[in-house]
Amino acid sequence: MVTTNRYFRAFVLTLGYGFLYVPIACLMLFSFNDSAMMTSWTGFSFRWYRELFNDQALLSAAGLSLQIAALTATAAVALGTWAAYVLVRMGRFRGSGLYVGMLCAPLAMPEVVLGISLLLMFVELGGLIGWPAGNGMFTIWVGHVTLCIAYVAVVVQARIRDLDRSLEEAALDLGATPLKVFFVITLPMIAPALMASWLLAFTLSLDDVVIASFLSGPGYTTLPLEVFSRVRLGLKPEINALATLFIVVVGLCVIAASKVQWRKEET
Amino acid sequence: MDNRNITGPRPTDEDEFVRVDEVVKIYGDVVAVKSVNLAVKRREIFALLGSSGCGKSTLLRMLAGFEEPTSGRIYLDGEDITALAPYQRPVNMMFQSYALFPHMTVEANVAFGLKQEGVPRNEIHERVFEALDLVQMAGYSRRKPHQLSGGQQQRVALARSLVKRPKLLLLDEPMSALDKQIRQKTQIELVRILDQVGVTCIMVTHDQDEAMTMAGRIAVMTEGQIMQCGTPREVYEFPNSRFVANFIGSTNVFTGVITVDESDHVQIESDDLPRPMYVNHGINEPLGMQVHVSVRPEQIRVTREQPAHEFNWSRGVVSHVAWMGSHARYQLRLDSGAVVEAAVPSQILAQSDAPGLDDQIFVSWDSDSATVLAT
Amino acid sequence: MRKLFVYDRPTLLRKLAIVPPFIWLALFLLVPFLLVFKISLADLRFGIPPYTPLTTLDNETLTLGIHLSSYKLLFTDSLYIATYISSAKMALVTTLCCALIGYPMAYYIARANAKARHLMLLAVILPFWTSLLLRVYAWVGILRNDGLLNNALMALGLIDAPLEIYRTDMAVYIGLVYAYLPFFILPLYASLVKLDNRLLEAAYDLGARPWQAFWQVTLPMSLPGVMAGSLLVFIPTVGEYVIPEMLGGADTLMMGRLMWTEFFNNTDWPMAAAVTCVMVLILIVPLALLQYNQASQYEPEKRRGNH
Repeated sequence: MVTTNRYFRAFVLTLGYGFLYVPIACLMLFSFNDSAMMTSWTGFSFRWYRELFNDQALLSAAGLSLQIAALTATAAVALGTWAAYVLVRMGRFRGSGLYVGMLCAPLAMPEVVLGISLLLMFVELGGLIGWPAGNGMFTIWVGHVTLCIAYVAVVVQARIRDLDRSLEEAALDLGATPLKVFFVITLPMIAPALMASWLLAFTLSLDDVVIASFLSGPGYTTLPLEVFSRVRLGLKPEINALATLFIVVVGLCVIAASKVQWRKEET
Repeated sequence: MDNRNITGPRPTDEDEFVRVDEVVKIYGDVVAVKSVNLAVKRREIFALLGSSGCGKSTLLRMLAGFEEPTSGRIYLDGEDITALAPYQRPVNMMFQSYALFPHMTVEANVAFGLKQEGVPRNEIHERVFEALDLVQMAGYSRRKPHQLSGGQQQRVALARSLVKRPKLLLLDEPMSALDKQIRQKTQIELVRILDQVGVTCIMVTHDQDEAMTMAGRIAVMTEGQIMQCGTPREVYEFPNSRFVANFIGSTNVFTGVITVDESDHVQIESDDLPRPMYVNHGINEPLGMQVHVSVRPEQIRVTREQPAHEFNWSRGVVSHVAWMGSHARYQLRLDSGAVVEAAVPSQILAQSDAPGLDDQIFVSWDSDSATVLAT
Repeated sequence: MRKLFVYDRPTLLRKLAIVPPFIWLALFLLVPFLLVFKISLADLRFGIPPYTPLTTLDNETLTLGIHLSSYKLLFTDSLYIATYISSAKMALVTTLCCALIGYPMAYYIARANAKARHLMLLAVILPFWTSLLLRVYAWVGILRNDGLLNNALMALGLIDAPLEIYRTDMAVYIGLVYAYLPFFILPLYASLVKLDNRLLEAAYDLGARPWQAFWQVTLPMSLPGVMAGSLLVFIPTVGEYVIPEMLGGADTLMMGRLMWTEFFNNTDWPMAAAVTCVMVLILIVPLALLQYNQASQYEPEKRRGNH
């Protein structure tokens, strides 16, 4: 009986989603453009894709990034889940305010702050005890994990709060120790959230420019760093090709994952 | 089920305040409400009684304006309100969950409706406190809903609905959120307030005690239809179907065939009883037709000796006894295998040698105690 | 609040369980930041590391060297001051634009039926999963003088000369709003979707028209979500580097760029550290608000009592 204003709603949603997707559409469209400029369409061509696959620098950077992302995601999920579980389940304890603060900070804090502070610490540490000897994969990894823990914690704590405690209590009642209960009962129940946050951390690490800029060393160029240094100088269509591939792969994965989750929710 | 819509004694036209005319509501392939007809009198408290899924809530929402009937019309004080939006109707509803605005104080909640009408500020203040006084919550005007108990929230919700002086007040399961102990007291007090204000009220409930206590007339609903409509006494003593007989209170039902059909009495023979049943009034159904006879547990006598009269008795064994305080509830297995329930008042039990478990007994009832049901 | 009795006891095991993530965070978040503060008080010098040490032990004399030159410059130089104001201003405008576009979107997504809602949320989240860098790069191609937008507008005859958007503040605004819109929509959506529909029905029942019900019931109750979304846009935007760098002009002043320039171009680590500290100083109040807003999420579960 109370109708929403259909026209306004259509207007808002078209405008909003259009805004979000126009650049993506442009990227994908012009990756097939024969000309290097985005000014005009000269013809359909795969040449940028061919150039992409011949580009050694890009490919090795991509390899490095994927490695770091996988390592980051795994560590971030482990630490983030741990932190979230502790906070949600163990109530207020001395220092829990600080704990929450440290967990929330990277979520909002500008990444440059995180980047410079970690770099300065590694430099100082290197000067003091000689380790780390130089910046590279390890330092990038540390920076990414620290950033991602916050995101993982946010996703996982929501799931932990929704858990049915009676299942854990039943396990305890039947003789399992708390540690065992966590690994055998709790963990499987929050597995979807862990999966989702692993992917989130993976994506964040893969895409990061700022932290990698501060924390990488000679010979350790990540994909975003490579892309960034190139696009600062102008348009590069092979980047369009890269972007298209990236978007398609990620898009398919996200759609597939959500279909799985949707089907699970329906049963 | 055949479409019997017995609406009871129709009120005279000047009394009739709310009229529901052949209202139907269909969602996809589900028929939630199947052609309901209702007439509610001015100042009456009317209850829609039924279990969940019977369509009563859908009907209520159509009265409030949150759903539109697929067909049919609704009239209030002579005006067709079927197509009006909820904020255009002089109808107010008290929600089952109370739906008090959590970010507003009690006073702001009650004032909300008046603000929407554009009532001037000082008049709002006056009427808000008048309403709060009515429900005895004037001292809580500054509190927020989460600071109140369930019973207090209910009173504020009532005040909020009444302050606008609606032509029709709708109550959605008013007692369901309250603890059992305070329910009865609250029911009586609510009726007192409604009578004092003089508002016409339609309530929806699944609790028959609530309907019987609060309402002047009840409509028993199932599967989207009204089975019977009448005063609590009418519906209890003269149910028109097994459904209604079983729904209101409990009853024993014997199925049999009419063997004697006279204008002033009938006899019905049943496989469950050794002797025919004798009912001392005429009925509409013809000879030879299968009918059901309903006898309420409190009308069944349990004796150790065989009754003297010819009809309306059987021999049996006590299979279960439950002492309920004011009465004892007997479960008796008759010779035929049928199970019958009897409610015997404690005084009677005290007087005679009360039968116990596994005792052989006789059940019997008077010829005016039974009701004949065709469906 | 019901707690499992095992967690009630302040056992050693429980205390140890809290520790490891805490160690990581303390080591890689807290300590580094204290270090930044220390270095902001140092002076520039040649060598490795390119800043003076805080304490020097010389001939059994411990000297504490605190240089306030960086801070003095930061608080007096007009360029720096203009940068803070510009950063805050740009972050504020971005937040407002995100709110104007994002609130209606979140509202309609929350009101849709379950299946539509799922798809619509997916459509908001999907761009987030694809690289931000690449999508901002796409805007470069669109907004350039010889880019897509100008070509399209000129082809339609709406303009004669290309609009100079690229390398101006306007382009940066577009980029920022584009990047941070999902950050506004998602927390707001989470807040709106929890809104009890019956409250709206009660408002209609009491005579409020849809617009009035929105203004008096929905909007006030969605404020925590609006606050969360706004802070999640404002705070990172103040320190943004990539977007202003790619889309902005030389006169687009933002603190992230400033700090980067000091660090990488001027190799003035103390100055960069000082800029960082000032940035955090500006953000202390918003961060505290966010902490307050989010802390309720980490509250241990409460059992709702019967009343």
